[in-house]
Amino acid sequence: MKTAVLYAILLILFGGLLYIVTDLPFGQPCKADMDEYFIRNSQTQTGANNVVTSVVFDFRGFDTLGEATVLFTAVLGVGMMFRKLHEGEEYEND
Amino acid sequence: MKMTKIVRTTADVFYPFCLAFGLYVVMHGHLTPGGGFQGGAVMATGAALLIVARSYEDITGRLRKGVLKVCEATGLMLFLLAGLSGLLKGLPFMANWLTQTGGWVGKVMEFGPNGGELATGGLIPLLNVGVGIEVLGGLSIILLYMISGTKEKKP
Repeated sequence: MKTAVLYAILLILFGGLLYIVTDLPFGQPCKADMDEYFIRNSQTQTGANNVVTSVVFDFRGFDTLGEATVLFTAVLGVGMMFRKLHEGEEYEND
Repeated sequence: MKMTKIVRTTADVFYPFCLAFGLYVVMHGHLTPGGGFQGGAVMATGAALLIVARSYEDITGRLRKGVLKVCEATGLMLFLLAGLSGLLKGLPFMANWLTQTGGWVGKVMEFGPNGGELATGGLIPLLNVGVGIEVLGGLSIILLYMISGTKEKKP
């Protein structure tokens, strides 16, 4: 009984969301100010031909620093997880 | 697990090409699609190829854990130092102060379609190289840790 009510609520929610989505115009709003700005100014301001790279490494460089830190932390976690399995090996950083 | 001689030879032949193509993707990150993350992943694919084709004892001479660890830390440090170098000029963190200055990475770029120059972008190529070195070291050392954790014996 409980699960049937739960499924009914989920179905109603999902249907309502689908109904809202059908009313939305597709691809609107199609133009914001930022994309126009990046396309017009990325070459002259950063000197990079690739607009994506100029956004990732220059306009949003702090975000890329975070991504690099995420990778570093992931490697740290894998190294920690496999530390126990290296007991027979000689330590390489001596 | 023992791979055949064909697989091992193919991996040996393709390994330097993987490294060269990854380096190309990293160095041209500000001109063509790609960049530090993608190029580093391509270079780590070469390491994965060697690991798949050979046993762990065979590849420890070519892929050293110590070197790869240093690669990873150096890449992140290079990124951080390149970001901090703007502070010396009185600019904010991660400011691209080398671009459009006419220096060795600052050739002046005009708006519009053009063939592109390698010596443009200011700080962007340096950051690309830093991220590329870090991704190469990080992904390779994850693979090396995992294969060495399985304690696979040489066939």
